[in-house]
Amino acid sequence: MIKRLRPVKNCVISVALVILVWQVLFQVSRYDAALFPSPKMAFFALVEMVRSGELLQHIKTSMIRFAAGYLSAVLIAVVLGLILGRLPKLFQYINPAVQLLRPISPTAWMPFIVLLFGIGDVPAIAIIFIAAFFPVLLSTVAAVSNIDPIYLKVSKNYGITQPALTWKVIFPAAFPQIANGIHLALGTAWIFLVAGEMVGAQSGLGYAIIDARNNIRADILLATILVIGVIGILLDGLLRLIEKQVLKSWGGED
Amino acid sequence: MYIEVKGASKKYKQGGKDVVVLDSVSLDIEKGEFVCLLGPSGCGKSTLLNVLAGFERLESGSVAIEGAAVTAPSPKRITIFQNYGLLPWRSVLKNVQLGLEPQKLDRAEKIRIAQKYIDLVGLTGLEKQHPRQLSGGQQQRVSIARGLAVDPEVIFMDEPFGALDAITRMKLQDDILKISREEKKTIVFVTHDIEEAVFLADRIVVMMANPGRIKSIVKVPLGDHRDRTSEDFLYVRDKIFELFNLKADSYIEYYI
Ligand SMILES: Nc1ncnc2c1ncn2[C@@H]1O[C@H](COP(=O)(O)OP(=O)(O)OP(=O)(O)O)[C@@H](O)[C@H]1O
Ligand SMILES: [Mg+2]
Repeated sequence: MIKRLRPVKNCVISVALVILVWQVLFQVSRYDAALFPSPKMAFFALVEMVRSGELLQHIKTSMIRFAAGYLSAVLIAVVLGLILGRLPKLFQYINPAVQLLRPISPTAWMPFIVLLFGIGDVPAIAIIFIAAFFPVLLSTVAAVSNIDPIYLKVSKNYGITQPALTWKVIFPAAFPQIANGIHLALGTAWIFLVAGEMVGAQSGLGYAIIDARNNIRADILLATILVIGVIGILLDGLLRLIEKQVLKSWGGED
Repeated sequence: MYIEVKGASKKYKQGGKDVVVLDSVSLDIEKGEFVCLLGPSGCGKSTLLNVLAGFERLESGSVAIEGAAVTAPSPKRITIFQNYGLLPWRSVLKNVQLGLEPQKLDRAEKIRIAQKYIDLVGLTGLEKQHPRQLSGGQQQRVSIARGLAVDPEVIFMDEPFGALDAITRMKLQDDILKISREEKKTIVFVTHDIEEAVFLADRIVVMMANPGRIKSIVKVPLGDHRDRTSEDFLYVRDKIFELFNLKADSYIEYYI
């Protein structure tokens, strides 16, 4: 029981430390309280945002964009990866292009996307898509080319042909490694959602930060940042839970 | 002849040099026969088996089964591997059903057939388990059930019991001998365990390495019920030992 509570205890201590440091910085800083608020002020700003329903609205907008960008990226990248992983001859021509595009920060595309589509949902969704697409694509291709050749030998022997081969053998065989890429991409995509909304949107959590800055409401700004962090952790935990469940049924329960 | 291998030759490049893995190997196997390929590591046993099963092609020579050249694997000829080749994300029942899935059978029929062979290999009650919850011996039983479920004419086995402990291995040898007699399958079985070959085979194909070739073919006149401690058994075993020059003089003297 005590062992199981340890992570919770560690978490409480860690958060307490952050608040403490923040409070100390607030006390010693010479900034105006409007520019550098205390934890208590940020907390009241948070309460205010919750009460007005503004926060919920922002979260809803952001989550819809996030779901659209992330899920479509995962779906398309996995399907493409399953195909390309089986066609190494084709992939050797596509890989250099992927390697060229991959290190470009998704934010670099923002001005271009805004030029094409204007401000709104599209730029934020597009940036999330770009952020999630490459890690999932590459991990899927790697996973497919790494699967144990014995699965393919056995499938051939038993007359399993395409498309059944892909969804009955190749996808499940590659799944643990694909799941890894999907997980990694979640964090990256969430990071870039905020960037996307700061530049290309008039709503959502990223925009809320810009809006708070324009109104010189540092308390709201910091409260929003905290909310973004907490949602990031929750999303990660949720995915971890789903992953665990799927992998459990993948290899039999312990 | 049911299976006909004629002048089978194959080379591999190893470190710039050609290694002759099969040097003009010829072999005939009758329908329903249990043939063991026996020989030291590297003598080309697996290569010959893979050629017979259609996974690999020859450089020259030919392999035919019932008069038709073997060019690709087929569900009529199932290979059972040393490391089982089970799909870890599938339950035992689903693994055994794998080969039935390309066939147009209804669900109940697939389950009925899979269940029949799970029972046959003695895994009743483990249908819902996943491979990693089973012992090595049980996993190989699943793979045997999966093979039998598609009712193949030939079963190729490449050191199927090589990774198992001695007791488990003997149990599986007993069972595969019984199954081969009851199901009337032609079986080609690779091993480097002399006793295993003597216990199972109607004929033992003794192979040698560098280049990979057949040294001799030994008939095993032991009938269907075999006893590892009987004199006949030990006699055949000693004959094979001699073929490999494994009987040291001192060893013979000791027995005289
Ligand atoms: N794909 C390959 N490429 C190069 N050399 C190979 C390949 N496959 C097998 N060989 C070589 O061919 C020879 C025979 O291999 P094979 O696997 O048929 O032997 P084996 O009799 O089954 O041996 P073991 O008992 O160790 O399984 C070995 O020298 C091996 O190194
Ligand atoms: Mg071998």
